[in-house]
Amino acid sequence: MGPGTSFTILLIVFLGIVLLCVKPLGRYIADVMEGKPNFARRIGGSVETLMYRLCGIDASVEMSWSRYTLGMLLFNVLGIVLLYAMQRLQGFLPLNPQHFSAVSPDSAFNTAISFVSNTDWQGYSGESTQSYFVQMAGLAVQNFLSAATGIAVAVAVIRGFARHSVATIGNFWVDLTRATLYVLLPLSMLLALVLASQGVIQNLEAYKGVAPIESGLLHTQTLPMGPVASQEAIKELGTNGGGFFNANSAHPYENPTPLTNFLEMLAIVLIPFSLTYTFGRMVGDTRQGWALLAAMLVLFVTLTQVAFHSEQRGNPLLTAQQIDQSASAGQPGGNMEGKETRFGIAASALFVAVTTATSCGAVNTMHDSMLPLGGFVPLFFMQLGELAPGGVGSGIYSILMFAVLGVFIAGLMIGRTPEYLGKKIEAYEMKMASVFILTTPFVVLLGTAVAVMCGAGVAGIANPGPHGFSEILYAFSSAANNNGSAFAGLSANTPFYNIATGIAMWFGRFWPMIATLAIAGSLGAKKRIPVTEGTMPTHGPLFVSLLLGSILLIGVLTYVPALALGPLVEHYFLMAAR
Amino acid sequence: MMLRLIRPALCLLLAMTCLLGIAYPLLITGLARLAFAHQATGSLLYRDGKAVGSSLIGQNFSDAKYFWGRPSATLPEPYNGIASSGSNLGPMNPALIDQVKRHVAALRADAPASRAPVPVDLVSASASGLDPDISPAAARYQIARIAHARGTAPANLEKLVATHTQGKLFGLIGELRVNVLELNLALDQLR
Repeated sequence: MGPGTSFTILLIVFLGIVLLCVKPLGRYIADVMEGKPNFARRIGGSVETLMYRLCGIDASVEMSWSRYTLGMLLFNVLGIVLLYAMQRLQGFLPLNPQHFSAVSPDSAFNTAISFVSNTDWQGYSGESTQSYFVQMAGLAVQNFLSAATGIAVAVAVIRGFARHSVATIGNFWVDLTRATLYVLLPLSMLLALVLASQGVIQNLEAYKGVAPIESGLLHTQTLPMGPVASQEAIKELGTNGGGFFNANSAHPYENPTPLTNFLEMLAIVLIPFSLTYTFGRMVGDTRQGWALLAAMLVLFVTLTQVAFHSEQRGNPLLTAQQIDQSASAGQPGGNMEGKETRFGIAASALFVAVTTATSCGAVNTMHDSMLPLGGFVPLFFMQLGELAPGGVGSGIYSILMFAVLGVFIAGLMIGRTPEYLGKKIEAYEMKMASVFILTTPFVVLLGTAVAVMCGAGVAGIANPGPHGFSEILYAFSSAANNNGSAFAGLSANTPFYNIATGIAMWFGRFWPMIATLAIAGSLGAKKRIPVTEGTMPTHGPLFVSLLLGSILLIGVLTYVPALALGPLVEHYFLMAAR
Repeated sequence: MMLRLIRPALCLLLAMTCLLGIAYPLLITGLARLAFAHQATGSLLYRDGKAVGSSLIGQNFSDAKYFWGRPSATLPEPYNGIASSGSNLGPMNPALIDQVKRHVAALRADAPASRAPVPVDLVSASASGLDPDISPAAARYQIARIAHARGTAPANLEKLVATHTQGKLFGLIGELRVNVLELNLALDQLR
């Protein structure tokens, strides 16, 4: 069996397991978010009520879209302030066995926005910067809360489509609490324990010195320690991606075996894919959710295959050096620079796709060392807006915005007022959808342009030629789309990049969120119009193609010029140099 | 309107920090300590009662009589446990080609007879800089050198590599691999 076939089988098995989980998990999420009584709410109900009582929350009161948005923004701003303070004060806080001193102001600013915005872009190295306290009580907490914010906003947006003639879209505090208590926390506990059983460390001890067998008499090797498993679980389940260690999911203490790697990949896509079913169930027609899922799968499978085949082919420049890059019984072969032996090419390529098709950004391979077309895949996945399946919550509301755009374009073509799920799509919705769709490209391209024009931006480049440009384009694509992975050769822990990417993450996260909540508020207040013969069905292949067309049209038109200067020209240089 | 939102926002943030940032990780730490004490504390390996490393974290080997691991890009020295990192060299970076040439030269210097193409994982830096494994092909490539340095029959080493080769999960997930530190510990036991 050739490597291509075994990769395809891996992909089928992986997606098969995901698809088996979509219905039960999607249904469960819909039920707990709508407050229906079930076993989870019987177990956790008392904690939920206690939370509301402690915080003075009346769970029965719903909010208008503007109040919902204001509450969400306030909660996230306070989260940034708290996380910034923890990093600056970590020298005085407990659980700091390595005696790390305060994180620099620009790095702490960047990291605070990064974790609150679900980006988890990391300019620092975890094992030499952040105390256990900051990792546990600061970074990991925001891993939960940023994901819960995503689910809350997604559910609120879905309510806008599902309801009619009402002025409210839910209660932010209730949605946030339920997403945390019933979805993220139980899944994280389960995954953390399984990961720990496989070798992901979980302790509060100081770093350990050991005596290596070849050079132990001369010097010791220091092994890092820490509460990793508990953080690793929510890092994947919340599509956060911020590693406990610098090498992220490539680090053997974060991702020790092929099994943990497989489970981490599953954990990343599980909730985003399942939310399509949640959507279908909440709007009362599950076919609507499956249609979105089908569009996601088409994009996912196609680009994933590109990444695998590019990397498996290997680096043509090494063949001249008498390096064996062919797949055989004894080795996976391919481009192994920046990859781990236990993952080889297949499990690395799939992870690359999984982490950038969502807003995760965890890495088990160094994207900077991928071949030009291999590296193009994560870059393009992010630039498409991360909707195949996208981040926890953000994926479903992103693809819904493109669905709105899709029916609008179809409406223009046939000369009818566009409608989606029984709601008229009018000028206000289109304005907000445009704000949603255009914010991130604007931030990505403007940020990249500024960085390549000023000395502080260019100074960070690690690799010569077009690859250096790709490093900067990747950084802003990752920050503005709240991914967090990197072409990590770029020296990003400088005041310029810390501040620039910090701003990009803030706008990339919250501007689209405000626009999408505005649409939810407007749609929720509208009357539902009945289905007639002239209504375009939004669950069939025609709609799926229309949706894919709108996504690709926007993505390609916006980014092809920039991509041509980076990975595409590098690919032709590599072919010519061979 | 703003003031009425501040109390729930602030209280919920602090309550969630206690629950998710203190209670949850401490609970997992306790359970992991009870059920998986060896794994939770770093999967350490001991020889003569002394910790010599972790089965999950690679070590630097450059002596001809040991199996060598993947090149490591950690700074300031290879396999620095507290500075995990890949090389991040792009595929066309001249530094990458220079590095590959250097590794090939080192591999061949100790085994001048070997002219076979070098398995790619022996000349490419791992993602973490701490990769504990090499491919079976990379292990077999080094047998002639080690047999010569130790005065052992290559067949003994072939057998050792075979018994230390870990398979794919369900024949599908992950790659065949040999743990270098465990292999070298067994190698020292061979005599």
